[in-house]
Amino acid sequence: MSEATRRHGAHVAGLDAEAVLGRYRALVRRRVVIVAGMALVGLAAFACDLVTGPSALTPVQVIAGLLSPESLTPPQRAIVFQVRLPYALMAVLVGAALSLAGAEMQTILDNPLASPFTLGVSSAASFGAALAIVLGIGIPGLPTDWIVPINAFVFAFGSVMLLQAMAARARGSGVETVVLLGIALVFAFNALVAFVQFLSSQEALQQLVFWSMGSLSRATWGNVGVMALVLLLVAPFSWLAAGRLTSLRLGEDRARSFGVDVGRLRFATLLRVSVLAATSVAFVGTIGFVGLVGPHIARLLIGEDHRFLLPASVCSGAVVMSLASVASKTLVPGVLMPVGIVTAIVGVPVFLLLVFRKPGRA
Amino acid sequence: MMTGQNGMLEVVDLHAGYPRRKVIDGVTLPPLARGGVHALVGPNAAGKSTLMRALAGLQPASGSVRLDGEELLGLPLAAHAARVTYMPQTLPSGVGLNVLESVAGAVRASGKGQDPRTPEQRALGVLERAGILALALEGLDRLSGGQRQLVSLAQSLVREPRVLLLDEPISALDLQHQMRVMRLVRELARERGMIVLVVLHDLQIAARWADGIVMLSSGAVAATGTPAEAITPMTLARVYGVDARVERCSKGSLQIIVDDDLHTAVPRT
Repeated sequence: MSEATRRHGAHVAGLDAEAVLGRYRALVRRRVVIVAGMALVGLAAFACDLVTGPSALTPVQVIAGLLSPESLTPPQRAIVFQVRLPYALMAVLVGAALSLAGAEMQTILDNPLASPFTLGVSSAASFGAALAIVLGIGIPGLPTDWIVPINAFVFAFGSVMLLQAMAARARGSGVETVVLLGIALVFAFNALVAFVQFLSSQEALQQLVFWSMGSLSRATWGNVGVMALVLLLVAPFSWLAAGRLTSLRLGEDRARSFGVDVGRLRFATLLRVSVLAATSVAFVGTIGFVGLVGPHIARLLIGEDHRFLLPASVCSGAVVMSLASVASKTLVPGVLMPVGIVTAIVGVPVFLLLVFRKPGRA
Repeated sequence: MMTGQNGMLEVVDLHAGYPRRKVIDGVTLPPLARGGVHALVGPNAAGKSTLMRALAGLQPASGSVRLDGEELLGLPLAAHAARVTYMPQTLPSGVGLNVLESVAGAVRASGKGQDPRTPEQRALGVLERAGILALALEGLDRLSGGQRQLVSLAQSLVREPRVLLLDEPISALDLQHQMRVMRLVRELARERGMIVLVVLHDLQIAARWADGIVMLSSGAVAATGTPAEAITPMTLARVYGVDARVERCSKGSLQIIVDDDLHTAVPRT
């Protein structure tokens, strides 16, 4: 080793492999600390989310109430346990799911502006919801308050399957084809939603518009549980794909030459993304920008080794969503705005910042 | 043709391309020996990249590609990739990885094999060998073109392939980096008994560094052999359409002097 080293002059910089490895290990430790720090910030944001709201409860009362529910009056208890807690948990879960989905989406589509909704997932979900709300079309035998989310999920998931089927048939099923077909789906479903809106009654129209805004107010313990389960089931598969996703950043041919079946990786990843996005949309409606901005925040902090990027994206999404939830309760005092509006308002400046950011920064 | 020669890559009657247009049409190469650097040359659109990608298993192909007697076509991608590594022309930009991560990532992408060393240890070994250990923690986007190409090469070398396919590895490099890359490739081919097939546009470089030449024209082999056998005024006229001389310089190496374009009336593509 030493002879080869001397011959190639690597010692010029006074480095040997051991020293570099030591510095790399320090870098890894720093990243672990960053992810842990992001998780702590997420916890703090979650706590803020819990203690803010239009009702006259002090933060101390909320925390005391969480520890011993008997300290609260029954109405207060209902607010904390049926409103604050499920809403705040839903914010964390949806933020984490959308951001994880966004990170994976940006990698497999090789596009920093991709998000879980790029390929028409949310448009399809809106169409499914529209059918349920306006026409009452849904899967028979379901409890009525689950018809809309399940319809939304079925359409969102179905749109991704449709996309895959079309991409497999199209000539040159590269990334561009997938994106183009996805854009076609967005327009198609948006047109269908508009058509249903045109046909719908005043009342149904109002309901539909509110649904599509994206709001945490639909969170119940039941759908919080489902959301948590979905995230817990999907995330390990994302984690297992981290090495392959990292290698895909070096180019498709290179990744394949490293033994990565890129077609299969892309399909499995789209499947994960669609499950995460479709479940989120089904329960809270369309929430923009978290899936776009969350991964970018993570990437700026930690780079693109997906072993760190994916957990960091989960954390950043949870933070952004929790803070958006806080903002939705405090921007207009006494009014709980749909959180989907707030994320977009907060998200656009960040988005523009990213677009106009100087290229070449890691 | 014998089958099953040890230490050889044998390509027989290889076809590859698109359903309606065969880019590679029945290519048979002389057996490529281990430890040798073989240059793949030919005009643009001769099918060089398609041939390389077919050999790497990245593109559907029919015919026979045998390595140490084992048929490679039809192997699962991961098994194929464990034997053959293909290095594309360029490394994408805007990637938020440092050099060490990108090289270790090449190991981590698929099964780590039986090597007891961590991917990072293996990567550092290769970076040291390539003389770019000092760049290990540098971001990929902060590298110069020459450094990027060395890193790109390191990503392929770290997989310790038996066959290394390099697609124009030096086309964007200055003279010094051209020498450095070619020297490293040749040394490693000798040391590891690797079979290297490298696409080169510069025939002078090909003549200087390669043990053998494969000259491709319109998807078929136009000439093979040692540089002196394959690069002649006749093949240059036939394949490249140029009037050229091939002469030995005072130090004995082949020099290609192009005097004229044989098709001046016809616009070149």
